[in-house]
Amino acid sequence: MMTQIVFYVFAAVLVLSATMVVSARNPVHSVLFLILAFFNAAGLFLIAGAEFLAMTLVIVYVGAVAVLFLFVVMMLDVNFTQMREGVQRYAPIGGVVGGVLFIELLMAFMHWRAATNIGQIAHLVPSSPTRTNTAALGDVIYTHYIFLFQACALVLLVAMIGAIVLTLRERPTGRRQNIDRQHDRMVADSLEMLQVPLGAGVDAQGGFLRPRESYDIAAVPGTYGTAAWSEAEARDADGTALVIKTPANGTKGEGDE
Amino acid sequence: MADFFFHTTLGQLLLIVLESLAVLVPLLLGVAYLTLAERKVMAAMQLRKGPNVNGPFGVLQAFADAIKMLTKETVIPSGANRMLFLFAPFLTFSLAMIAWAVIPTGNGLAIANINVGILYLLAISSLGVYGMLIAGWASNSKYAFLGGLRSAAQMVSYEVSIGLVIVSVLLAVGSLNLNDIVLAQRHVWFCLPMFPMFIVFFISALAETNRAPFDLPEGESELVAGFFVEYSALAFGLFFLGEYANMFLMSGMVSILFLGGWLPPLAIAPFTWIPGPLWLIAKILFCLFVFIWVRATFPRYRYDQLMRLGWKVFLPFSLAWMVLTAGFLMVTGLLPGGAG
Repeated sequence: MMTQIVFYVFAAVLVLSATMVVSARNPVHSVLFLILAFFNAAGLFLIAGAEFLAMTLVIVYVGAVAVLFLFVVMMLDVNFTQMREGVQRYAPIGGVVGGVLFIELLMAFMHWRAATNIGQIAHLVPSSPTRTNTAALGDVIYTHYIFLFQACALVLLVAMIGAIVLTLRERPTGRRQNIDRQHDRMVADSLEMLQVPLGAGVDAQGGFLRPRESYDIAAVPGTYGTAAWSEAEARDADGTALVIKTPANGTKGEGDE
Repeated sequence: MADFFFHTTLGQLLLIVLESLAVLVPLLLGVAYLTLAERKVMAAMQLRKGPNVNGPFGVLQAFADAIKMLTKETVIPSGANRMLFLFAPFLTFSLAMIAWAVIPTGNGLAIANINVGILYLLAISSLGVYGMLIAGWASNSKYAFLGGLRSAAQMVSYEVSIGLVIVSVLLAVGSLNLNDIVLAQRHVWFCLPMFPMFIVFFISALAETNRAPFDLPEGESELVAGFFVEYSALAFGLFFLGEYANMFLMSGMVSILFLGGWLPPLAIAPFTWIPGPLWLIAKILFCLFVFIWVRATFPRYRYDQLMRLGWKVFLPFSLAWMVLTAGFLMVTGLLPGGAG
């Protein structure tokens, strides 16, 4: 009696929230109703005594899949008025798809047949009062059907690799970080000290200070030690290279804004 | 009297309510004092005094904070989704509470001693992310939203390694029942043979509870206060309580999975005089102290470093350790559950 009431409560909320998933205007609300539907399905599993399945449903679907759904849907820039405009146009197509699905479901139900070999595999799940759900499922999946299970895993692996290959782009402008290289770096081989003449600024020596490995030393004009450097030094010695930039309106900062 | 509690429906319902209160009231008091303890411990580590005005040594500070929070105004920002905005803190708070139903405080002393206890804990802790995600979205504020997104990505990432660590422990136990997990540690606590997993689990627990150095969802230097930036008064209080109750929960999980739950370190005389629940509480408090210690010691991670640690370090490492554990148990014939 009690179990039946609980079942009908779970089932009713499940159907209602599933309806709300497709009818809610706001997609975020839709996803939240979807989560509610998952929860009630987990509740139904619990009533049926499938505690392991119930918990897995919550962990996998609610804890991971729906989080990512919500994550994406929340970031969508949804224009509600624009969405409602499309209803008229897409209603016939949606109706046709729904109708086909409905007729197929009806056909499936009319020709429903139970598997005849159920007796042959029943011995795989010996039931005893002390045996838990988890152990029974483990026996079936990991012992008796291990190869089929592994094949499923391979299909999923292929799908995963496919998704990564399709979405991973190597962007030439992207900056990447190599943590190991950063850890190995020493002060001595990443910085170089320049002798900067008074008032000249560092750019007279070929650019700002940066890690040596990120550019080709010889290609930068005026780098310390190159021919261009000695040239600049020579010019510096007789005072011709010294450029003192004076701001047009007094010192820097005064005339700004 | 016993007849009424154990043999009538009303009595059993009443018993469940009383059991829940027996767990939740100490928990909430503990949460109140954890906030004070955190301030005191961090103050000591930073050579300050911490709160010392309300009552002797500031012990009434927790109640002063609670009263302040209750008497303030609940501000709901314009453009916020009212219902979800108020729903999020309640969700966070109640999730942090209901997880305690399965934590055993002694042999068989849990409100619900279910067969899939550890999965239940994993499920509940993976739901915690919804409170933050919903709060971030419903606030209609960019800081809150960024905080919500950060916490979602962070918690999903670290759940993976937590799951694998739990699998390694379960391999050694042979049961998903929390009571059995503790009893399997009668001879040696799992923190010794599985020390690396203990560390991985603890660090993942820090990330899962959004604690420093992984407190990016609320990173106050970038996001003001992250997902709860728009919350005030009671709604903020519920988030606050939920967050600290989650720290208790994660410490409880660490204690049960690795520190032997209610078991004393050695089953000899002076240790066995202390009752089991007190051992569990002592272990939880030790873990909480480390939580605070870490917060006072380490600077905050950068977000890409956080993701790298989760996916490129912890995930392969815990996966390798799981295979190693399984192989070791199989070779030595210690695999529980008959099949090995």
